[in-house]
Amino acid sequence: MSMQANPVTLTVFLGLFALVTGLGFFAARWRAGDLSNLHEWGLGGRRFGTWVTWFLLGGDLYTAYTFIAVPALVFGAGAPGFFAVPYTILMFPLLFLAFPRLWSVAHRHGYVTAADFVRGRFGSRSLSLAVAATGIVATMPYIALQLVGMQVVLAALGMNFSLRVPGFGAVDVPLLIAFAVLAFYTYSSGLRAPALIAVVKDLLVYITVIAAIIYIPAKLGGYGALFDAAPQTQLTLAPATATSLGPQFGYATLALGSLLALFIYPHAVTGILSSSSRHVIRRNAMILPAYSVALALIALLGYMAIASGVKGDPAYASGFAAFGNNFAVPALFLKMFPAWFVGLAFAAIAIGALVPAAIMSIACANLFTRNIYKEWLKPDCTPQQEASVAKIVSIVVKFGALLFVLELQSTYAIQLQLLGGIWMVQTLPAVIIGLYTRWFNPMGLLAGWTAGIVSGTVMVWQLALKTSTYPLVLFGLTVPTYAAILALALNIAVAVVATLILGKRAGTDETVPGDYTA
Amino acid sequence: MDDKPRRKFHPVYLLLLIPYVALLWVPFYNQIEPRLFGIPFFYWFQMSWIVGGVACLYPVYRHEERNK
Repeated sequence: MSMQANPVTLTVFLGLFALVTGLGFFAARWRAGDLSNLHEWGLGGRRFGTWVTWFLLGGDLYTAYTFIAVPALVFGAGAPGFFAVPYTILMFPLLFLAFPRLWSVAHRHGYVTAADFVRGRFGSRSLSLAVAATGIVATMPYIALQLVGMQVVLAALGMNFSLRVPGFGAVDVPLLIAFAVLAFYTYSSGLRAPALIAVVKDLLVYITVIAAIIYIPAKLGGYGALFDAAPQTQLTLAPATATSLGPQFGYATLALGSLLALFIYPHAVTGILSSSSRHVIRRNAMILPAYSVALALIALLGYMAIASGVKGDPAYASGFAAFGNNFAVPALFLKMFPAWFVGLAFAAIAIGALVPAAIMSIACANLFTRNIYKEWLKPDCTPQQEASVAKIVSIVVKFGALLFVLELQSTYAIQLQLLGGIWMVQTLPAVIIGLYTRWFNPMGLLAGWTAGIVSGTVMVWQLALKTSTYPLVLFGLTVPTYAAILALALNIAVAVVATLILGKRAGTDETVPGDYTA
Repeated sequence: MDDKPRRKFHPVYLLLLIPYVALLWVPFYNQIEPRLFGIPFFYWFQMSWIVGGVACLYPVYRHEERNK
């Protein structure tokens, strides 16, 4: 890469980065609690009110990678990239209905993770382990993708000093420093750190978005001109034909499947369980869509990038060569904004990577500690040991992700994340349906989970890990469907049949109906 | 269902289905015209459901908070 560092841009960027680092360490003293206790370190003491939860979940669910990848998809493919908008709109009714129940039962029984709930509800250690393992494995590549988002921004800033480390090859030094800082304040402050930093991050994101949607179209000749510059056939989805329901069906199922996955990701559950009451969750279901507005406008940045002509501009050729369409948004900002504002916008994206990466690693640490370490390895561990294991795991997970990005191609992280979403959806019968009924046999749910994981993986494997929309053929009609939905249908079918064979309501249930509405 | 303290189903919950029908039936909005401020229908229709979704959720929120 031959991008030149601009001193003004760099100063603004580093200043904001230093500010959030300070906040990250200060967070340990904010609403102080005993951080040698897992629910204080890993759930912020369940004390976050409506606004902190809003910032935390907003910073958590709308990640830096989303802000890079969604416009990149629109930039490259047009309309299909907009699926992120309906999916983030449609997840809120689900959040509103199901998650106050999860919060209440978790509060009553001291559950920290979704797998804790499954353990208590179905009395099955193996089903709980399956849920925990799915969460950890699916979240790891997601953390790696946050690093990819950050890598793109650091490269666009001209900060690319690599160091040759024997045995590792070239190591990206700024990325290493950023993640070391992140790892240490997460270790010392737990969930309080990303909660506090999310406030700064979200403000920067809103400032950037508002400036972009006013300033950039004004310079490019208005919104009409923006859409006229894009390939006209890409502005909508290809219609259905006599032999295929076409991309429209794939679009709808992708939106539906993605919303089912998003809220059972461990980082989402951690964010939701850290709120101070079920009312906070309900209120958030109504105020979180404000982030969907930002997301929709960010998706439109893809069209702005097309209209601005960054693709053919030799100044950005090396960036596109290194990162593909993921470079579209950084290139657009570099081309359109004054230097100081580029620093602010890039800081928004980079800090936007830190918040979800911190929460994801905390969520993984909670799962490992509660549902693997305490359940299987050291049942008699003290609360202090529990918290210190979690802190160490949060560091291991982050450096695992870092190693992943540095050593392997980022395409592996993208492919694994694609699979991760499909895997997460397979825990839905145990976690979400389990909130409403105890009808299923735990071994039946485990059989369904296995069927879902295997079939989902096979489908995506057959598509060479390039896409997750499987062209199902029914009576000569091609029905392009998101693989997660097909795998979930099989999952539930297997679970129902197995339950009918093995017997309903088997095993113990430590929860009572009143726990879900308390 | 083993949840004993069951409230009777209230029709206000049906409101929550509206955004799903509107957004998952893609052929309904998969077109360029009519534009709004130059933005094709496909985009502004979906964006307007951000507000539409909240409008459908709010009466349900009021209902639940009243019954608590």
